[in-house]
Amino acid sequence: MSNFIRASLLAVLVGSPLVAFAGDPSGDDMRSLDGQVQEIKSDVLSIASELNTLEERLLFPSHTEVSVFVSLDKDEDFRLDAIELMIDGELATHHIYSFKELEALQKGGVQRLYTGNLTTGDHQLSVKMIGKLKSGKDFSESGDFTINKGIKPSALGIALASPGLGSDVIRVGDW
Amino acid sequence: MIRPSLLLAGLVCVALAPRSAVADERPDPYFGEAVYYALQGDWFDALERLDTEVLQHRDVDEQSLDSLYSHIDDAEFSLGDFELRYRMHHRAGRAITAVLEGAVDERIRNDAAYRLARIHFQKQQMEDALLALDRTEGEIPRAIRDDIEFLRANVYLAQGRPLDAVPVLEGLVKSEEYNGFAAYNLGIAWYADGQRSKALEKLNVAGLMRSGEPGDAAIRDKANLVLGTIYLENEEFAQAASVLNRVSLEGPYSNQALLSAGWANMSREDYERAVVPWGILAKREVTDAATQEALLALPYAYGKLNIHGRAAVHYGRALDAFGVEIEKLSDSIESIREGKFLEALVREEIRKDKDWLIRLRSLPETPETYYLMELLASHDFQTGLQNYLDLADLKRRLLSWEGGFDSYDEMVGIRRDHYAPLLPDVDEAFRKLDSRLRLRKEQHRMLVKRRDDLLTAPRPEFLATRNEQAIIARLDPLEAQAEGHDLERVQRLRGLLAYTLHIDYHERFTEFDSNLRGLDKAMATMQAEYDEFVRSRQAATHSFEGYDKPMQRLRADVEKSVEKIDMLMARQGRLLEVLAIDQLIARRDHLENYGDKARFALADSYDRATQSQARLEGAE
Repeated sequence: MSNFIRASLLAVLVGSPLVAFAGDPSGDDMRSLDGQVQEIKSDVLSIASELNTLEERLLFPSHTEVSVFVSLDKDEDFRLDAIELMIDGELATHHIYSFKELEALQKGGVQRLYTGNLTTGDHQLSVKMIGKLKSGKDFSESGDFTINKGIKPSALGIALASPGLGSDVIRVGDW
Repeated sequence: MIRPSLLLAGLVCVALAPRSAVADERPDPYFGEAVYYALQGDWFDALERLDTEVLQHRDVDEQSLDSLYSHIDDAEFSLGDFELRYRMHHRAGRAITAVLEGAVDERIRNDAAYRLARIHFQKQQMEDALLALDRTEGEIPRAIRDDIEFLRANVYLAQGRPLDAVPVLEGLVKSEEYNGFAAYNLGIAWYADGQRSKALEKLNVAGLMRSGEPGDAAIRDKANLVLGTIYLENEEFAQAASVLNRVSLEGPYSNQALLSAGWANMSREDYERAVVPWGILAKREVTDAATQEALLALPYAYGKLNIHGRAAVHYGRALDAFGVEIEKLSDSIESIREGKFLEALVREEIRKDKDWLIRLRSLPETPETYYLMELLASHDFQTGLQNYLDLADLKRRLLSWEGGFDSYDEMVGIRRDHYAPLLPDVDEAFRKLDSRLRLRKEQHRMLVKRRDDLLTAPRPEFLATRNEQAIIARLDPLEAQAEGHDLERVQRLRGLLAYTLHIDYHERFTEFDSNLRGLDKAMATMQAEYDEFVRSRQAATHSFEGYDKPMQRLRADVEKSVEKIDMLMARQGRLLEVLAIDQLIARRDHLENYGDKARFALADSYDRATQSQARLEGAE
């Protein structure tokens, strides 16, 4: 009886499982493996970084590269369901947001919506977004913009705000 | 009690508020992109992007012109943070130490010191954790003020310095976030110091805490369970039963509390009261160790109450249940040996659910997970499991990249086939055009110089028309040959020409300047086209040259990494399987032991029931 109580007490106090790890061979093995896993993570991250750079060079030469980023204005609480981007009348991309993605945008994350190639000069951008207002009402907003692509890689930003507040709902500009 | 998991949970909000990315109106988009992934828990993508961005920033000649320049401290700090979350403690420690040693804002330095302390704490390096905490000074961000103190108290407790932990925990009693944990840990600290009455007092306070928060309810239950167990150990059974009855019937500690409450009543020979909690517990999930003990304890209590018939029935039920569970455990052990446990763990659709570990139990092919919840929740097993899952994820990525290499090779090949035959002719034509272009540029330069010279030293003859220049050229020999009247005529003509050049000089100079300006525009257009051509020409070359070697190297690196991951996954997987099997075997042995006892007790109960029946019949 008292053995049982002591065992229970110990388990409760330290919250340990029935199998104890500290000091046992499996615990040491786990820790040794953990170090090796950290090393391989580092290796794979290096490969990913190098591969991305190479891929970017291969697919998007610097003088034609255009990246389009999306961000939400601060403290926006509307629900962004989807966004569509057209460049020179052609559909460049569209994206439907998951809850996690929307939350990441609302907390200040910036989404890379599109990366592609454009020749130098003026281009037409059309942005359309659909979603739901806090009141539950559906909305759809769109805007047309002219951008100038120079000879350097271009980073464009699409900033979205809640419709109906008087300010520009969709703003596009160089980042 | 040290609760790293809860500590971490509390920190998620603090650390992941991407201060840099939201505080400024226009954060660096690439940093913002990394934060976007981090906020979704995609640590690999977040790290990969931020790592690349920070490396590129370091390579930039004029860093002040780079968009990351004003965010670089935050970016490097976030890098350490992401590494920490991706369980790369070695790199995270280095990154955060670098931030600490850099010339950074006090707020960031304190945050970094706290993160570093947390890393050391997780690695059980308590001295280093304290040293890191001691580096916090000046303005400490409000959001982590209590976190720092809670961590400090936990480090003291882990070091076996409960008395040092006490004042720190007392300072947290009024903390919104930690009041429950502080009250509970105060009790544990006093208990660890051997001051039983103070420990009981504090645990009692924690056990009576009222709050609607689920976390507080759990800590309250745990405090009552520990308090009850201490009373039980000290054979103060009435107090034990009273305190254990305070534990919620639905919480995570309810099974253990019901079991202990039964033993408390049993120990004070209040068998009827012992039957109540054990009766409730015996109907619960049969895989739980407390429930299994209750299945045996309940008929034991009935036996004490001399209800041997009912005791025999319950012993019979317990035997049946143990038999089923022993069979289930044997099947589970076999299933793990066949590799099904690991297969289920890496199923992606399951892991998308935040409660995926719980959902594992609903998989018919993984009955073992019923018995492994305790093991699955342990820190070392979690680390091993997460590593296994991370390795599986890395392998998926590497295999997907491996498939991409062929496409890249093909793309480069197509470009080479297209451009390589064209480029020699293009280059030949370009060389001719280039020499003409250089000539024109030189001519243009001379004209500009002449105009500039004329501004300071007017030379009308320089602006003579082609016809006038021809006349001037003929006048010289005529003048040398002519005499008398003819000479006068030649000189008059020369005078007239000089007069015209002088009179028309300003008009001609203006026209010359205007034409030259027109030429400037043409030259600028020509230069732009020239530059455009050079860029296109370079792009054509860059589109297929310089990829072969890095691609080959990357391909080899990927292959090597896949091999290494396979090896690590096999070792890690085997270790997890062994741990799981050991756990299941221990549980099976335990149940077999229970089964033996139940069989013995069943026979005994039947005998007693029969004797009792016989006595009853004899009395009649």
